[in-house]
Amino acid sequence: MTILKNRLFWPAAILLALLIVNVFTSNQFITLQDGHLFGTLIDILRGSAPLILVSLGMTLVISTGGIDLSVGSVMAISGAVACLLIKDLGNQNAVGSVLLIMAVAIAVSAALGLWNGSLVAIVGIQPIIATLILMVAGRGLAQLITAGQIINVQSSPYATIATGFFLTLPVAFLIALAAIGLIAVLTRRTALGLLLESVGGSPSASRLAGIQAKRITVMVYVVSGALAGLAGLIYSANIKSADSIYAGNLIELDAILAVVIGGTALIGGRFSILGTVLGAVLIQTLQVTVVGIGVPSKATLLFKAVVVVVLCLSQSVTFREKVFGRFKSRPAVRAEVPA
Amino acid sequence: MGEPTTKPVLEMTGIRKVFPGVVALDGVDFRLFPGEVHALMGENGAGKSTLIKVLTGVYDIDGGDILLGGDEVHIAGPLAAQKAGISTVYQEVNLCTNLTVAENIFIGREPRTFGKIRWGVIRKRAAELLERLDLNIDVSAPLSTYSLAIQQMVAIARAVDISARVVILDEPTSSLDASEVEQLFRVMRRLKADGVAILFVSHFLDQIYEISDRLTVLRNGQLIGEYRTAELPQVQLVEKMIGKELATLEGLEDKALRSRTKSAAAEPILQAKGVGRTGAIAPFDLTIHRGEVVGLAGLLGSGRTELARLLFGADKADTGELSIDGKPVTLRDPQVAMRRGIAFSSENRRTEGIIGDLSVRENIILALQAARGWTRPIPRRKQDEIVEKYIKALQIRPADPERPVRNLSGGNQQKVLLARWLITEPRLLIIDEPTRGIDVGAKAEIQKLVAELSDGGMAVLFVSAELEEVLRLSHKIAVLRDRRLIEELDNGAGVDAERIMQTIASGQTASGATS
Repeated sequence: MTILKNRLFWPAAILLALLIVNVFTSNQFITLQDGHLFGTLIDILRGSAPLILVSLGMTLVISTGGIDLSVGSVMAISGAVACLLIKDLGNQNAVGSVLLIMAVAIAVSAALGLWNGSLVAIVGIQPIIATLILMVAGRGLAQLITAGQIINVQSSPYATIATGFFLTLPVAFLIALAAIGLIAVLTRRTALGLLLESVGGSPSASRLAGIQAKRITVMVYVVSGALAGLAGLIYSANIKSADSIYAGNLIELDAILAVVIGGTALIGGRFSILGTVLGAVLIQTLQVTVVGIGVPSKATLLFKAVVVVVLCLSQSVTFREKVFGRFKSRPAVRAEVPA
Repeated sequence: MGEPTTKPVLEMTGIRKVFPGVVALDGVDFRLFPGEVHALMGENGAGKSTLIKVLTGVYDIDGGDILLGGDEVHIAGPLAAQKAGISTVYQEVNLCTNLTVAENIFIGREPRTFGKIRWGVIRKRAAELLERLDLNIDVSAPLSTYSLAIQQMVAIARAVDISARVVILDEPTSSLDASEVEQLFRVMRRLKADGVAILFVSHFLDQIYEISDRLTVLRNGQLIGEYRTAELPQVQLVEKMIGKELATLEGLEDKALRSRTKSAAAEPILQAKGVGRTGAIAPFDLTIHRGEVVGLAGLLGSGRTELARLLFGADKADTGELSIDGKPVTLRDPQVAMRRGIAFSSENRRTEGIIGDLSVRENIILALQAARGWTRPIPRRKQDEIVEKYIKALQIRPADPERPVRNLSGGNQQKVLLARWLITEPRLLIIDEPTRGIDVGAKAEIQKLVAELSDGGMAVLFVSAELEEVLRLSHKIAVLRDRRLIEELDNGAGVDAERIMQTIASGQTASGATS
């Protein structure tokens, strides 16, 4: 029974169920074709990369008791910066230049994270408001960068990060895997994870224990910004253009949902990297399944909502007790006393 | 008061409550008569809180019966308890301090006509209610404008007004000063005269003997006995609570007396000259030497905590000069103080001490890890070693390093905090109210530890509302009043609680002081 009580049991079970549905509904679930793996499962892994990246950053931010609403806008800015610079290259297929440009875009995103973190930790604005500023202003900024146009690029090295394959696996998924590994090492092999959980658990107690909470808080927003920037690059490389309106649109909500499904509480404290990844993949799978089983497009959002509600209920201790736990308790006799 | 002749208003028999791995209550009986103050006694973890939570419907019982006014009841939840006439006032007042006194008393049950709240009636009835408790305050002022003592009495007024049969007061006095306690006791005596049964929990034995008629002692979830307070000497009561002889306590007494005399020639660690902070504490001079225990004595709100916080950089001083080892230093934040060998354990254990979600191990290594920075984690094996050592040395119970610290009792949480600071090997340990709200046994252990640390050369700034404790441990006592350090006394012959109380009462430096 202990496995049933694990917070990640139900998300994992639902993910598995959705994957099984996909085995039957999709033409090809997984096959080898043109020298690499192919099929619905691979689509899911490839498609989930941006959400995984954004959710990883969101996990760290949430563990400090904060939230980052600006990730979608940062994605748009990152893609816009990259496409603008690549378009002006003499040779858009020069690998070195493209890599450098991607580094610049990620650095810009990290700088935006620094802005968020400074507003939260140094100026003392509530995270939801502080990042709301960039969420709104950021899209405007992205449109200024692209001059309101959609910038198209023809760069095969750039496209590789979204659509390429390496060792039979999608490059985008490998990038996400690398980020997962990096964040896991960063938080669990150093003391960063402990200090984050401490700051999220009790900021005042952490300060008195000598933890430099401000520095750590700024850092997680920088990491969140950089990861969102990377996600923005994959998104824009996938469509070979910078779309400052739809890039990362509403992804902050999916990311928050992934974090919560993964067992990290929104009030901060304990966090789970593995849980978040599971949550992100689950959300992406749900998206793919909805299309696969032919839910009419008008009903997709509703269908998604129903699955999420079921999932949240399955994770609620109170709900589980109400439904399953009442059989064994004593018959309740109401306290009845004369007034 | 003789053996009550009336029937008990509350009778619990054979109460059993089991948590995974622990029997919290094992066949406990408990009776409460109308018009009595009944003290529930026991160490932390004895089952007091569990019994209260059973009574208030927070926990469901696994066995036993509860009779209320002669009828068997099942208390299904806090609301059912309230309806049945059982109200609780907790140590931390659970009212809304931003609402007015009257609103707090009637929140959730406002008298209405056609859905419109009748504010006039609320204010009038609130004032009447408080008057009955000898409390003349403006009921339309926000609760936050009143002291914690008044807030507590408002909570009691609310409890009594909702249901006047059984009132549970869980550690109501731990944050009150002497006059406030007296005020609370007046209220309790009035309720008693009205026939209300009061269950009283307090760690202050003197208070138990002053106010309670009978008492029930629990130990390790078992009933030890029910006694009439007047017939049970204090020493016996303590022995029944901790289940062993008082040797540990008395041994400490000797030790402290012996060590009191020796600190004269040690070199100073910390020197404060005119250090102060507007609105918190007036500029003061204080020198703390190596191996010296300096006690801070004073009433609640006299500036004890404020003074201690300045010496750690928890708050920033705005005047004066501070030097550590003779070198001037500005304590911008706690990190700076920590680097100079100062440790500080706050009086607010829950909000400024432990991190409830984290494990005992993580809580213990936190300060040391913070000092090393996040890039240099303490190797796991080293962590386990340190933690195991301190769990053993401080007798932290349960001795499970991976248990979330919020599941530990107050005394054990306090020990975890002490361990957190001791592993940083500080040269000056500032501890603010380390023994508040914890049981006799743990208290003696912590006092003993302080004495040992100072023998080993550590300087300790010991802040406590309990004069006895300050007197017992300190070499030097700084007396505070009205946010001002008014006198510094070398502890020794002629210095006792009365002497200090006089200093506090007179508010000026008595002539002939030894310092």
